Amino acid sequence: MSSTFITWFVVALVLVTSVGLLISRDWRWNLGLMAAQYFGVFILISQTWPFGLASVKLVTGWMACAALGVTRLGLPEGESPLESAWPQGRAFRLFAASIVIALVLASAPNMEALVPGINAGVVRAGLFLAGMGLLHLGITAEPLRVALGLLTFLAGFEVLYASIETSVLLAGLFAIVNLGLALVGSYWMSAAQPAESAQ
Amino acid sequence: MSAPFLWIIFPIGMGALLLLVGRERAVSVLGGLTTGALSLLALLIPIDTALLLGTASFKLQGTLSVLGRSFTLLPAHGLLLAILFGLAALWFFGAESLGLSRRLIPLSMMILGLLVASIAVQPFIFAALLIEIASLLAVPMLLTPNNKPGRGLVRFVIYQTLAMPFILFAGWLLTSIETSPGDVALTNAATSMLGIGFALLLAFFPLNVWIPMLFDEAPPYLAGFLMWLLPLVTTLFAMGFLDKYSFLRGSEQLLTALRFSGILMILASGLWSTFERHLGRLMGYAVIAETGFLLIGLSLANADGVQAVFMQMIPRGVVFAVWAYALTIIAAHADSLRFYDIQGALRVVPLASMAVIAAGLSAAGLPLLADFPARLILLQELATKSPTLLAAVMLGLLGMLVGVVRTVSAMAAAPAEAAWEAHEETTQRIWLGAGILALFVLGVLPQIINPLLKNLPALFSRLGG
Repeated sequence: MSSTFITWFVVALVLVTSVGLLISRDWRWNLGLMAAQYFGVFILISQTWPFGLASVKLVTGWMACAALGVTRLGLPEGESPLESAWPQGRAFRLFAASIVIALVLASAPNMEALVPGINAGVVRAGLFLAGMGLLHLGITAEPLRVALGLLTFLAGFEVLYASIETSVLLAGLFAIVNLGLALVGSYWMSAAQPAESAQ
Repeated sequence: MSAPFLWIIFPIGMGALLLLVGRERAVSVLGGLTTGALSLLALLIPIDTALLLGTASFKLQGTLSVLGRSFTLLPAHGLLLAILFGLAALWFFGAESLGLSRRLIPLSMMILGLLVASIAVQPFIFAALLIEIASLLAVPMLLTPNNKPGRGLVRFVIYQTLAMPFILFAGWLLTSIETSPGDVALTNAATSMLGIGFALLLAFFPLNVWIPMLFDEAPPYLAGFLMWLLPLVTTLFAMGFLDKYSFLRGSEQLLTALRFSGILMILASGLWSTFERHLGRLMGYAVIAETGFLLIGLSLANADGVQAVFMQMIPRGVVFAVWAYALTIIAAHADSLRFYDIQGALRVVPLASMAVIAAGLSAAGLPLLADFPARLILLQELATKSPTLLAAVMLGLLGMLVGVVRTVSAMAAAPAEAAWEAHEETTQRIWLGAGILALFVLGVLPQIINPLLKNLPALFSRLGG
């Protein structure tokens, strides 16, 4: 009973964080939401993976957030001009997010049928994250946001995949990919700055 | 000593060490010699076979266990490794005369090691993760500090990352199908997931716009190396799926989809090449078309198809190396690679211009050039399937040919008083001359690479047997 309650609470948490990532324009909030999202991912994965192995996700996720945060902190404030070409309104983003939520709720039973025995909450959480990550990638071209979108998409997949495959090597490779994406995002952010402002 | 240590861990470690070396020449020599030596070792030392050295015996183990999973290289992998490392050595030696050694070699060696790991990893589905890590490593190679990441690079990372989950999940579904064959829903889901994953990885039409963009944004030599190696290894990964699962290679719908995707890529590349006005982007379209030919080979799902895929390996590497090398030289003598800026290039960098033309003609499938023999096999096979499909491919090749003719026209356009004065350095001339010669040798005497290729189909015994 309590396990089910926790699962659905975490589903709500990752839904809030992923939608929050979509509508928030402040990078500090974004990274805070991302860190909270990784906590949710850790709780979900720890239901199927050993605690130690699941904690790798949490540590890696927070390291990714830290890498992005430290790089962003060293850059001048102000929104990237790349971002202004895309839909800005929160209402638009909320509307798009609601479509993703509807799609996830409609397709989750099919996913449950494909993976027998998978927790219903885990399926929804994974699909919410993957869907929001994809949506994020679709409406932004700014390096930090692209990195966050990719990490969110990947987090959703990891939640789903953890239910079907447990492997130390897999956990290690996923950790490298997550950190690699964060470093690529950081590199993009710092490379995009003129030499004098990056110093 | 194990083979995975030698051809996976050692190149990755060596690449990391070379990051610390500051001199262009030293990086080039060390990188080139290391990969060259690894290529020779792959040719000379059979994997998993005991060798007698005087009274002592020596055996290069084929398997290395890591965290409960294994990396396994089979004896048949030897020739594949020899080709991959041998061609990489050529790219690395060539980089020095372009001043790109430090940017290309350390990271490329690590990428090469990771891609070999993707060939060797068991279960082979984990290859998707290793390919993704290799793609991420390419980012600092393609983008220098103080430059905004271009749209091509961003899309490259996005598509490679999106592909991985689809392939991993498809792999799991395929394992489920093994335990419950005949489940149509599961089969359809697995095939669809696999299709989406490889469409993203191999840049099927229309998910390939980032390739020409990448050639526009990054030095052609760096983008060329990546686009030589990555689609090739990904195709081998795809062949692994077809080889392992009989229902996949028996699925007429899947094979038809692969064939149509390949043809569409060639046709679209030809069409865009006809109108393109940027030399780098033209090479990007040729890369797409080359991948299209790999897909056609894959779609045959028989011994001829497998042979055709392997036959493209060496010419593909040589053609792209020559093309990218020459483009980088031209770029160094012009404001950009746009047609407007390369007018008169034939008089300024004649050998580089000729190399671009020869490589372009080879990619367009002209007889007597490197790509022709493999093209011929595929076109013959395609003719037996459908003359319409053959005509579509020929139309694509014609478009690429038009692109080359327009390139010649742009390069030749110069004021009458402009002097003929070659600006290539001596080393560059040697490399260009050898490259152009190699294009002809591979076209006229394709049998010289047969000893390297003849045992490769054994890697996919069910597909190529």
